[in-house]
Amino acid sequence: MWSLSNIATSIDQWLNETFNPTLALIIEMLIAGVAVIGLFAMLGLILVIMERKVSAWIQIRLGPNRVGPKGMFQSLADTLKLLVKEGMTPGGADKLLFNVAPFVAMIVAMLLMAPIAFAKDFQLWDLNIGVLYITAVSSISVISILMAGWASNNKYSLLGAMRSGAQIVSYELSAGLAILAIVVLTGSLRISDIINAQADGWWIFKGHIPAIISFIIFIIAVTAETNRAPFDMAEAESELTAGFHTEYSGMKFALFFLAEYVNVFIVCAIGATLFLGGWMPFHIGNWEAFNHVMDYIPSSIWFFGKTFFLIFLIMWFRWTFPRLRIDQLLNLEWKYLLPISMFNLLLVTVIAILGWHF
Amino acid sequence: MFLKQYIKDVWGAMKSLATGMKRTGYYFTHHKEIITEQYPDNRDTLVLPERFKGEVVMIHDENNEHACTGCTACELACPNATIKIITKFDVDAETGKKKKAIDTFVYHLELCTMCNLCVEACPTGAIKMAQTFEHSVFDRSKLTKTLNQPGSKIREGVE
Repeated sequence: MWSLSNIATSIDQWLNETFNPTLALIIEMLIAGVAVIGLFAMLGLILVIMERKVSAWIQIRLGPNRVGPKGMFQSLADTLKLLVKEGMTPGGADKLLFNVAPFVAMIVAMLLMAPIAFAKDFQLWDLNIGVLYITAVSSISVISILMAGWASNNKYSLLGAMRSGAQIVSYELSAGLAILAIVVLTGSLRISDIINAQADGWWIFKGHIPAIISFIIFIIAVTAETNRAPFDMAEAESELTAGFHTEYSGMKFALFFLAEYVNVFIVCAIGATLFLGGWMPFHIGNWEAFNHVMDYIPSSIWFFGKTFFLIFLIMWFRWTFPRLRIDQLLNLEWKYLLPISMFNLLLVTVIAILGWHF
Repeated sequence: MFLKQYIKDVWGAMKSLATGMKRTGYYFTHHKEIITEQYPDNRDTLVLPERFKGEVVMIHDENNEHACTGCTACELACPNATIKIITKFDVDAETGKKKKAIDTFVYHLELCTMCNLCVEACPTGAIKMAQTFEHSVFDRSKLTKTLNQPGSKIREGVE
C-alpha cells in the first residue's frame, strides 16, 4: 500500500546501493532539509490563504477572489511582491542582530520539525525525550523576537519584544503542564510511544474530563505562545504599529510572517500528536468493520487532517474573540490557567496511578 | 465563598466564548449571509438598500409638474450651502395676482454630504434622495445641477 514510509525506505535503499554509506547519509540529510524547506513554503502559501478565507467568511465577506480560481493563488502573488521588495536596514539598527533575527526564528521552526511524526514510521528523529525537546526548543523562539525588537532601535519594537518575552515566559508554564498531563498518562517522553499508546483511543477520549481540560488549556497557551490574536501583544497593531517587526520589510518581514504560520502548524501538530493521536486512525472499541475502514485511510491524511482541524480552531478563536490587554493577559495566565492546570495535573496523576483511564 | 465565585467566573467566561464562537461558526458555514457586493461585476443587478442616499433629486410627475413652492426651507436647512434657490414671480392670468415660484433650483453635488436635512425640511415633499452614486465627471462644473426640469411648473393645489 502507498505510504510515506515506503517511499522513504525505497529512497534509503537505492541510495545505499548506489553510494557508500557516508555519502548516502549526507544526501539523505540534504533531502530531508530540502523537504522541510519545501514543506515550509507550502505551509506559508496554504495557511495564509486559509487564514484570509476563514477570516473573510467569519466576517461575512468574500475574501480574496481575483487571483486564480476563487482567489487561491493570492498568497503566491503576495510572496512574489515581497520577494521583489527592498529589504531595508534602519540607520541606527544593530546590523548583525537585525539581519540574523528572522533566520533565528526560521531555524527554531525548522528544529521543531525534527521530532514530529508526519505518518506511520515517518519521522526525522525519534529521540527518547521528544516532548522535552519540543518544549525546550520552542522557548528559543522568544530570543529571535527579543533580538529583532532590540536591534531595530525603535521604541515600538522594543516594547513589543518585551511584552512577547513576558507573555511567552508566562504561557510556557501552562502549556508545559498541559503537555505533562499526557506524559503522565503515557509514562514516556518519546513521541512514538505517545502515539502508540493511543492505538485503542485518543487521549482526549481516554483521559476523561482532565484530558479535555488540559487540551483546552494547551490550545489557549499555544495561541499565546505563537503571538496570535487574541493574545497578539507582541504585534498589537492598534498600539505598537506592528511590534517587533515594525522596521522589517521585504523578505526579512516575510520570514517572520512565515515563521509565525509555521509555528502555528507545529503547535497544532504537537497538539494533534498528544491529544488526538497523531497519525492514529479513529478507532471505536471493538467495531471491527468500522476500524478497518478507518485503517484504510493513509496515516499522513489522518495527521494532516487533525492538524488542520486544530489550525482552523485557532483561526476561529482569532477572528471571534476580542484582544486582551497586557495586564488581563497576565491575569488570565497566573490567576486562572496556572492554578487550574496544576490542579488538573494532580487529577491526571491520580487517574494514571489508579489506572482509571481506558 | 471565594472558590464558588472563581468557578462561576471561569464557567461564565467559557460560556460567553462559546456563544461568540457559535455565532462566527454560523457565519462561516452560511455563505448566503455574505453581504459584500462585487460592484463593477454586478452593476446590472446591483440592489441598493432603500435608505441609501446618492444625490438630491426633485420629484416630477408625468405632466412635468413638481411640488416645489420655492419656500427655501431646504436652502436654510442645508449646513454647507449646497442648495441655492432662485425665485421668480408668476403673474396669474385671470386675477392678475403675483405668486412666488421657483425659477431655478441649483444643487451643488460637489458640496453635498448627503445629510438628508433638506429632504426632511421640505414641507411639500418636493425633493428626495436618489439611489444613483456613479457621480464621477471630468469637469467640476458638471456637478452643479439644476434640479427642476426645463418647462416644469408647480402642481395645482400645492401651497
